[in-house]
Amino acid sequence: MAYDKFTIINTSAVPLPIENVDTDQIIPARFLKAVERKGFGDNLFRDWRYNRDGSPKADFPLNNNKYSGKILVGGKNFGSGSSREHAAWAIYDYGFRVVVSSFFADIFKGNALNNGLLPVVVSPEFLQKIFDEIEKDANATFEVNLEEQKFTINSTGESSDFEINTYKKHCLQNGLDDIDYLVEMKEQIEIFEAS
Amino acid sequence: MKKTLFDKIWDAHVVKQVKGGPNVLYIDRHFIHEVTSPVAFLGLKNRGLKVFRPDRTTATPDHNVPTINQHLSIKDELSRNQVEMLKMNCEENGIVYHGLGTEGHGVVHIIGPEMGLTQPGMTIVCGDSHTSTHGAFGAIAFGIGTSEVEMVLASQCIMQPKPKKMRISINGELGKGVTAKDIALFIISKISTSGGTGHFIEYAGSAITGLSMEGRMTLCNLSIESGARGGMIAPDETTFEYVKGRKFAPKGEDWEKALANWKELKTDEGAEFDTEYSFEAADIEPMITYGTNPGMGIGVTQSIPVSEGMEGTDKTTYQKSLQYMGYKEGDKMKGKPVDYVFLGSCTNGRIEDFREFAAFIKGKKKADNVTAWLVPGSKAVENQIRKEGLVEIIEEAGFVLRQPGCSACLAMNDDKIPEGKYSVSTSNRNFEGRQGPGARTLLASPLTAAAAAVNGVISDPREMM
Ligand code: SF4
Repeated sequence: MAYDKFTIINTSAVPLPIENVDTDQIIPARFLKAVERKGFGDNLFRDWRYNRDGSPKADFPLNNNKYSGKILVGGKNFGSGSSREHAAWAIYDYGFRVVVSSFFADIFKGNALNNGLLPVVVSPEFLQKIFDEIEKDANATFEVNLEEQKFTINSTGESSDFEINTYKKHCLQNGLDDIDYLVEMKEQIEIFEAS
Repeated sequence: MKKTLFDKIWDAHVVKQVKGGPNVLYIDRHFIHEVTSPVAFLGLKNRGLKVFRPDRTTATPDHNVPTINQHLSIKDELSRNQVEMLKMNCEENGIVYHGLGTEGHGVVHIIGPEMGLTQPGMTIVCGDSHTSTHGAFGAIAFGIGTSEVEMVLASQCIMQPKPKKMRISINGELGKGVTAKDIALFIISKISTSGGTGHFIEYAGSAITGLSMEGRMTLCNLSIESGARGGMIAPDETTFEYVKGRKFAPKGEDWEKALANWKELKTDEGAEFDTEYSFEAADIEPMITYGTNPGMGIGVTQSIPVSEGMEGTDKTTYQKSLQYMGYKEGDKMKGKPVDYVFLGSCTNGRIEDFREFAAFIKGKKKADNVTAWLVPGSKAVENQIRKEGLVEIIEEAGFVLRQPGCSACLAMNDDKIPEGKYSVSTSNRNFEGRQGPGARTLLASPLTAAAAAVNGVISDPREMM
């Protein structure tokens, strides 16, 4: 799937200090009936974000005007549950490019990377610092530098390195996906099948 | 070098090791369904590609289908559209499609093993996290996202870093009324919903080898709920016996050849795991969950843990969860009210689950305050239920048998638990809203579900057997 190339992002962030945010919360199953990849952002965190009558819940961070930016900061074990890629699509479609947490579920992490959404893993202590920083100043900004694999709290200059494999980094920086790569390999795959 | 079962299968399927990146892994069997495949087919079309190996792909609509009146056209327009889209994509690409009402129809993880499409030593994927079910046969099976579905359709390969290896041993004999579901919920309550992250699990020990194939599938199904990519069990006589003679199982000389290979599929003595756990079967009692993730489970006779000693987001997340459930710390689970009971899903929708449920309720009556949905995992299970006369027992006790599908497991169809109601469910996820907006799910085994359905409150099945 085509997505924007990832370079350096410098923005404020939206806090979601909840653990085990599962894919059913990110996008409830009843919104998975589409056959195209469009408009999932509208239903991101649907049941946490809206009351049953469709009115926004005032205490949910996405409904709080003081928070904005392209970074979503989540509690540990973010994205557990289903393999639905719609979760990554919804977060991207809403306008986020980075999700920060101290721990991600495997399938979610893979899905995010395949869709131009960067999962950044930091230590629990550093994650707390990010939450504290946003609590202090909702407009606090952060820099995510993919090339240097660094996440920085701009006001203090404190930073944390993060891991990403070289291949995936290359894909994100160039907006490439795995399918192009695999289709090129067809001959090799046929040889493997024959063996 | 000494290898684990996982290593043996994985290494045999690596087409290429990408520098500084993942493995290109060949996939033997690809299952697809209506929810996670349409965007993948669309992507393929946009690239001008066809499905590379349609004969290795099997399709069925399950997530979104009604469980009554399946002979009629699906009422919900969006659901109908997804199902029709799957059928059309299969026709265009020469993929076998098992439609509603046909013999091969059912939840994707139930029909694969039933038809003998799932075999030891295979790599198996599906755009559904509970693909881990197929690991019960000694296969590497895991759930994938839609981009990956597109990869497999395009090339029969997927790009994956090799996960770490974990072994979980359950030793000794299971007590009365304790099932594979209880083992799984027990494990997750011990290692948490993230304890398995980054790993592939091999289950071992005498309590595991003693399980039937149905039980093994239930256990492997729930591997993903511990955060693991999948779980597997070395194939043995129980496995071979189950596979033999099924529609797509190897026959004649091919069978003998396959069998010889499958017998090699076990972890070498002394092979190393990154992580190991060991538990005693005797410590496991019938389990029930009280919170909003599958790790929040306790023995049915126990009380909800207190948050004393928890800190920060741990504590707030815990309290938020109990608030959603309408429970208090320290409450006993036994005797708590029940509104709905759901028997079904790829976790517990197999024939053995219905046999256990039916044997338990035989001669008893469903409680008036309970609405029960009994949903077979496949048409074959439904047919077998009728053939064995279980349907009479079920109806006599005041229950109704529905038609196959995922149903209230994820409530994409009309089978939604109403807001605030309590549902004892044999499915796999008790997340907020999983069974419908505001629904409160308590995960349990078919026996514990049956006990709740009869008594109308949370009950210990052992006292009624
Ligand atoms: S029964 Fe539930 S978990 Fe299994 S495939 Fe269907 S929706 Fe997924």
